[in-house]
Amino acid sequence: MEPLIIEGTPKTPTVRFDADKGVIEIKGRSIPENSVEFYKPLVDWLEEYKKNPQPKTTVNIQLEYFNTSSSKCILDVFKKLEAIHKARHDVEINWYYEEDDEDMLEAGEDYESIIRIPFKMIEIVE
Amino acid sequence: MNFSIEDYYADLIDGNVLLAYKGSITTDLINNVLDTIESKLQDFNEPSKVRKKVYNVLVESLQNLFHHIDDLPEDYDEEYEPRFGILVVTKEKNRYRISTGNFIKNEKIAYLKEKIDKINDSSRNDLKDMYKFILNHQKLSDKGGGGLGLVDIARKTGNKLKYVFIPFDDKYSFFNLDVFIDEVVVNKNS
Repeated sequence: MEPLIIEGTPKTPTVRFDADKGVIEIKGRSIPENSVEFYKPLVDWLEEYKKNPQPKTTVNIQLEYFNTSSSKCILDVFKKLEAIHKARHDVEINWYYEEDDEDMLEAGEDYESIIRIPFKMIEIVE
Repeated sequence: MNFSIEDYYADLIDGNVLLAYKGSITTDLINNVLDTIESKLQDFNEPSKVRKKVYNVLVESLQNLFHHIDDLPEDYDEEYEPRFGILVVTKEKNRYRISTGNFIKNEKIAYLKEKIDKINDSSRNDLKDMYKFILNHQKLSDKGGGGLGLVDIARKTGNKLKYVFIPFDDKYSFFNLDVFIDEVVVNKNS
């Protein structure tokens, strides 16, 4: 399966989805006015990956900012991952937040309480 | 017409204004505003916690404005460009204020007022539950808005949303929203 690679912009994150390694990464800022358009290929890719995932999938989410429009799309991404996890494949979500960014930590905890996959909260100390 | 946007705008741009704009609210405008405010916040040497909060809340405020402006019908009043809105960011003593203003159809006022009042009456935990419920149960609108913006702003700022609906005519009013971000971020758990 082809990897999905999208370079970041000031309003959209860098995306690296690698099916061979089982590594899913979203990093940077996600603040587009309409996020559905941006996230559709990510959700579609995961739908395909779900058919034949690696025994272990590692998910790294490292966002500096995200808006509420993106928050729903990110939940859609997590729901695809949850389906993979439910099918008895290992999925680990690493939620990175910058030192002192309580809002970002809390956002991760919100997702953790909705999605049935273990989250690891990782503080980035500069 | 009793209500003058000019006067209202003039009242808003009192004090230490970081940015004031009235006109069409477009994607380009939003990008420019975000860039400008981000660099000003850098100049102020605010701790990253405050910088991020102001930036985050500004993004939501602008995108709320972008998604919810009701356009006055064409030829209705030539004074106002399409997608007309107002944005003023000021630095007050110990806090930032983000004011946005836009036309709204009168029939939508009751719903919006009820929504804001409910948010203002909610505790921190209620807001968290409300946010999670909307996140998990409500579909994104065609415009990309999710109905989460105001709840998110209230959660992040920990302050009440201050609003007023100024009657414009029998069909439209002007909706002004003031959002405050404290410079000293109080520990949420205390």
